[in-house]
Amino acid sequence: MPDVAEAPLLDIRGLTKNFHVASAKNGNNVLCALDKIDLHVNRGETLGLVGESGCGKSTLARTLLMLERPDEGSFAFDGIDPFTLKGKALLAWRRRVQMVFQDPFASLNSRMTAGEIISEPWLTHRDLYPTAAARTARVRELLMLVGLRASDAGKSPQEFSGGQRQRIGIARALALGPDIIVLDEPVSALDLSVQAQVLNLLNDLQQRLGVAYIFISHDLSVVRHVADRVAVMYLGRIIETGTAEQVFERPRHPYTAALMSASPRLDAVEGRRERIVLRGEMPSPLDPPSGCRFRTRCWKATELCATTAPLPSSPAGEPDHLAECHHPMELGEDSGRLARAS
Amino acid sequence: MTTKTRLSTAPPRLAEDEVVLQVSGLDVDIDTPKGVLRAVNDVSFTAYSGRTIALLGESGCGKSMTAKAIAGLLDPVAHVTGGSVTLAGTDLAALTPRQRLKFAGPELGIVFQDALTALNPVYTVGTQLGEAFRIHHGLSAKAAKAKAVELMGHVGIPQPETRVNSYPHQFSGGMRQRILIAMAVALSPRLLIADEPTTALDVTVQAQIMDLLRSLRAESRMAIVLITHDLALVAEEADTVAVMYAGNVIETGPVREVFSEPHHPYTKGLLDSVPVGAERGEDLTSIAGSPPELHDIPTGCVYQSRCPLATELCRAERPALQATGDGREVACHFWKELAVA
Repeated sequence: MPDVAEAPLLDIRGLTKNFHVASAKNGNNVLCALDKIDLHVNRGETLGLVGESGCGKSTLARTLLMLERPDEGSFAFDGIDPFTLKGKALLAWRRRVQMVFQDPFASLNSRMTAGEIISEPWLTHRDLYPTAAARTARVRELLMLVGLRASDAGKSPQEFSGGQRQRIGIARALALGPDIIVLDEPVSALDLSVQAQVLNLLNDLQQRLGVAYIFISHDLSVVRHVADRVAVMYLGRIIETGTAEQVFERPRHPYTAALMSASPRLDAVEGRRERIVLRGEMPSPLDPPSGCRFRTRCWKATELCATTAPLPSSPAGEPDHLAECHHPMELGEDSGRLARAS
Repeated sequence: MTTKTRLSTAPPRLAEDEVVLQVSGLDVDIDTPKGVLRAVNDVSFTAYSGRTIALLGESGCGKSMTAKAIAGLLDPVAHVTGGSVTLAGTDLAALTPRQRLKFAGPELGIVFQDALTALNPVYTVGTQLGEAFRIHHGLSAKAAKAKAVELMGHVGIPQPETRVNSYPHQFSGGMRQRILIAMAVALSPRLLIADEPTTALDVTVQAQIMDLLRSLRAESRMAIVLITHDLALVAEEADTVAVMYAGNVIETGPVREVFSEPHHPYTKGLLDSVPVGAERGEDLTSIAGSPPELHDIPTGCVYQSRCPLATELCRAERPALQATGDGREVACHFWKELAVA
């Protein structure tokens, strides 16, 4: 079925999610958490989702898991809109999208054993491993798959280190055989030496199982290492997307450039560099700026940015490298100097 | 109050590279139901005016405990059992608690990781910022508040005149961290301890905060002890680094030299774990295993269980810090072999 293989696994268009909040200073009680998001994920690939706190990353992740219902937009998972599904079909769909959480200490129930945690999804999806013997055997397989010992099934989470706990969380996500796993900051709570072990495990699992990842992280060096494609979010919109190489090597949106410039770099010891230091903070999503959402912090902003919201555009020769900016960065632009001058 | 005239003048601008803090052989023990644990073992380092020294290590390595011991903020179960801490020529261990209070503020400021828990939720930030001036300079509440407004402007908080009456929860994370920094530098201390000051913040805000710390350091030539687990932050911000592991300093020296040619296998392992330049899909070099628990620290080298170079000697004898030239020190029996490997 070549057509199916070509089509993206997940394809969302114009996805919008508003929250209604009780009180707001300026009388506006609609918080637009996601504003017309277009996004796709191909089979077996990793999409890196980057942005600062409050940009809508987590709402997007929750919507992908059907924990939030979007207000507008289309949502196609393998050609199906899961929000139209009911009963058994919905249950079957839920197996295909799983999640790994940020905090390996809060996300595992300390009164259950590792084996119980990993097999718990099968209590809902009873037909997968109907017999106790099959469940026990599969738990052992999953534990070994994530680099733990089969005999660890009887231990409780407290007996494991942070990195080992995150392996249990990954095993639980794999228990239902998903097509896609949403990884919400999966290594940011781990120490550096352990972080590398878990990143290697995720990479190894993807190669063996062909599972796709949506990798949410604020750590650009990690995203750069794991992602095939990257989407950068700011105030509920995806402001730049492209392959990891395009976005990291040739960022076009000033916010992407600023984000990269602000991240500390290990090679900084070779010589102090000029950094783009953005003014101010992200505006409140209750009161987003008119026109371009980034214009209040942007050193390139003009009249046009205040009046007209920029549409996605791509440079010549890179049709999939989209950025929403009236004044995209040029190659080799001295962004540091520009930012200082403003 | 007689202290008013004595303390109201800011300390004189310090000379270049004057020794501000000297920590020598510091030991900290913790009482636990299972017995006494050594959390910080024989830690020594020096902080110079106008420069930043980073204490780098993973969680549980003793870096925050070292900072708390210097600041005199150890929990009741933890005790300094050895070594000395000399701040601006005074041995802090020899001071009574009352004398020590006089040091907190004028000589020593500290910035904590979590600004929301470090600030008192029931007082306005103006009251909390002005406290240092009321206590140490004997200012009136009104004069202290004026000082607070001035400080808030200095650390880049917009509209300080109105914001001075706000409560901590009314500020964003970045602004709260600015308030903590303002509080720490209110009396122009010679030493600022910054304990993971930007770990809870987004990168663009982190860049703003580190810029602020750098400009404050340049103005007053204070020494900064930066406590962090972030290698890249150390590379950007610090002049010297002390790498800690399981309560011990295992390597120290100028950041540039240590990072470009680490002498300790742990430092090398950490640097290799950073995903820089590794191709997509390529395995990262990781350090096998995890750090030892404090109740389970081996005799001999603390890193032996994870070290690719470990031998019988490492299991039998703990290596002492030895000078390797260029102001560097390393605690490893085989640092010369590492350079070859």
